[in-house]
Amino acid sequence: MDWHAIFSQALQQGLGPVAAVYCLAAIGLNIHFGYTGLLNFGQAGFMAVGGYAVASFVATWGLSFWLGCLVALVASAILGLLLGVPTLRLRADYLAIVTIAAAEIIRQTIGSVTLLKYFGGQDGLQGFNQSFAKLNPFTGRIGIPGVVTWRPYDFWVLLVCWALAALACLMVWALMRSPWGRVLKSIREDEDAVRSLGKNVYAYKMQSLVLGGVIGGVAGIMSALQHSAINPSFFATDTTFFAYTVLLVGGAARVLGPVAGTVIFWFLLSFLDLFFGQATGGADPLIPASIMNSNQASLMRFILMGLALMLLMIYRPQGIFGDRRELAIDAR
Amino acid sequence: MHARPRSIATLLVALVTTVLVMSGSGSASAAPVPHATGSSACTKPAPRDDDTIHIQGCLTDTREKPPKAVSGVKFSVIDDSGKNVGEGTSNDSGVFDIALPGKSIDVLGNTYTVKLDKKSLPEGAALRNPKQVSLKVTFNLSSDRFVTFPIGDASAAGAGKATQGLQLAVGGLVFSLLLAMAALGLSMIFGTTGLTNFAHGELITFGALAAYGVDALPGTIHVGGTNITLAVAIAVAAIASAAFGWLNERTLWGPLRRRGTGLVAMMVVSIGLSIFLRNIYQYLAGAGTHQYSQFSSPRPWHWGPVLVTPKDVFIVIFSVLVLTSVVIALQRTKLGKATRAVADNPALASATGINVDRVISVVWIVGAMLAGLSGVLLGMSQGFDFQIGFKILLLVFAATVLGGLGTAWGAIVGAMVIGLFVEVSTLFIPAELKFVGALVVLIVVLLIRPQGLLGKAQRVG
Repeated sequence: MDWHAIFSQALQQGLGPVAAVYCLAAIGLNIHFGYTGLLNFGQAGFMAVGGYAVASFVATWGLSFWLGCLVALVASAILGLLLGVPTLRLRADYLAIVTIAAAEIIRQTIGSVTLLKYFGGQDGLQGFNQSFAKLNPFTGRIGIPGVVTWRPYDFWVLLVCWALAALACLMVWALMRSPWGRVLKSIREDEDAVRSLGKNVYAYKMQSLVLGGVIGGVAGIMSALQHSAINPSFFATDTTFFAYTVLLVGGAARVLGPVAGTVIFWFLLSFLDLFFGQATGGADPLIPASIMNSNQASLMRFILMGLALMLLMIYRPQGIFGDRRELAIDAR
Repeated sequence: MHARPRSIATLLVALVTTVLVMSGSGSASAAPVPHATGSSACTKPAPRDDDTIHIQGCLTDTREKPPKAVSGVKFSVIDDSGKNVGEGTSNDSGVFDIALPGKSIDVLGNTYTVKLDKKSLPEGAALRNPKQVSLKVTFNLSSDRFVTFPIGDASAAGAGKATQGLQLAVGGLVFSLLLAMAALGLSMIFGTTGLTNFAHGELITFGALAAYGVDALPGTIHVGGTNITLAVAIAVAAIASAAFGWLNERTLWGPLRRRGTGLVAMMVVSIGLSIFLRNIYQYLAGAGTHQYSQFSSPRPWHWGPVLVTPKDVFIVIFSVLVLTSVVIALQRTKLGKATRAVADNPALASATGINVDRVISVVWIVGAMLAGLSGVLLGMSQGFDFQIGFKILLLVFAATVLGGLGTAWGAIVGAMVIGLFVEVSTLFIPAELKFVGALVVLIVVLLIRPQGLLGKAQRVG
């Protein structure tokens, strides 16, 4: 077993552009779930709207990439408003069902043959990232030679993405120590108490949903840029669940929770993938093919991830760095 | 408190055992679901050496297994100026082979229309799409082209909107009854425990897989000359699903409830369970679509203008029986009344001497059995893969929310509305968007009547 390759590649994933994209998505969820107690299971929908707004703006209509980014942010904010109106007055589980349904509506509509000429159907869109790629100052492989390196474009995406994540973290930190943030946290703890203090709970929840959704939209844009392509399978329901796992691993209601969570999550996920891949590959595999073949090996990481999510929520709902008192999440 | 790690370990061990048993049986008969390549039909003509281009094709009747060759059907080829440039007839193995005039270089870039003479079709055979009697072929490569004309039962595509609607409603009825069983299970569990179970889809898949485990065993089971393999498989799936539901409650949800885990936390746990189980299913059953050995494509009956397969009739009768017996049990039996009491107010029910934990256990057993049965029947009606339950989970949620979360009749009514809507809406919207329509209905209903169609008008927010 080639441990050096396993660790190097797992580190490449753990710090890489995908991890950074999920970090952004999880920061959005942290505002929803961690701070306000809103169960948004449709983060993938926000990401899809953001990503497809940019991609179709450039690839379908030939307009400016930067204008597309702006439109993407506005579109994900509008999605937040649309989702919030019917659901924010309802119980937490209704919000969960409606958001997960909305994300699926968006994904299936975007991927349909009916809208093929705008969104490219199941094949998606390509060739929308020139404006972004042109700004790439890097050439050759970047990183620490012998430990971890990235291709120049990947490193450029990674850098921008982590910079955006840092910005988002800074914003969350500042917001959550403001009076506005304190209201959000008290809505999470006891909505009725906040209402009896004369606060408009509905408006605060709506602001939280929109803000987190816009950050989700940014994650969608970065996801499209990172792949240099976009297609509906990027935004399946599991994407949201991964983002939740990232958030819960690091610790919800912690500013840096998503950052720690995404690095650990993606490091472990690719570590397991590489480990089981090597354990079942080759002429004389460690695990005989009668027990596990290479297709099955690629599933082991998700099996363990599901298990980890359950155990984490049962035994340590505050995550690795969270504070248990911060998170008395409960819906009646 | 100390029992917790052990109970989760038990769940795992039990799961792995179940799953090993299933995989054992699966691999024992990885043997083949017969596939559509009959030996008698479609013997391709031998490759030629000359510089001409042919249009070839093969006609098979897919209602037969293996597909039967359809011979004696006349074809003509017309070029883009409308001139008839070639004719052919399908031979005994269903193959026709029409040479185009000129060399390959003359043909390149041209468009030809291959026309089937409908009158020459043998008695009883019809094109599956009656409108598709001709195909346009454009030659971009200088090689022979193979064209297909699917033959089978004429679909309703050519019929009027009303007939089409009726045919779709039949499909919708079957689908909505399957949905109703799954939704009733979800709704009962939600009603008594408050758990929004995102792993309910995996209970559905469990039923389909358990039945497949039996069905895929080598050999068939006969009683008095009738093949009852699938009936046994359904029974086994029902029992296994019930046991699986009990196991879920006993090792995971019960302990979590007793230690006071919040409902939101439980919802996230159920997501973890869903990912865990779904990938285990894929580990064992692979990513492909499976069919049960019986009833995979039976001949339909003509009932007036609509086509009904015996399978559809069986599913409708069976699921109506199951649903009515569960609803009657809920309304009339002592245990059913206790269940409704627990759903209404667990603390009060407990104070009146009802054993709440026992009621919840029963609800899990019945709920999981309903879900498992819906999985088997769904697998019968359209085939299944490792994520069939996950795919319809949102529709099950939509049905429950539409009818009113936690009400038994509501779940059934909601499922009827959603199931019929999904199928019949394809008259007006593209079929690929039919689930989208149902989910939009869900959101609209929540806007207007958050408590659902049959829910009590109480505050839900």
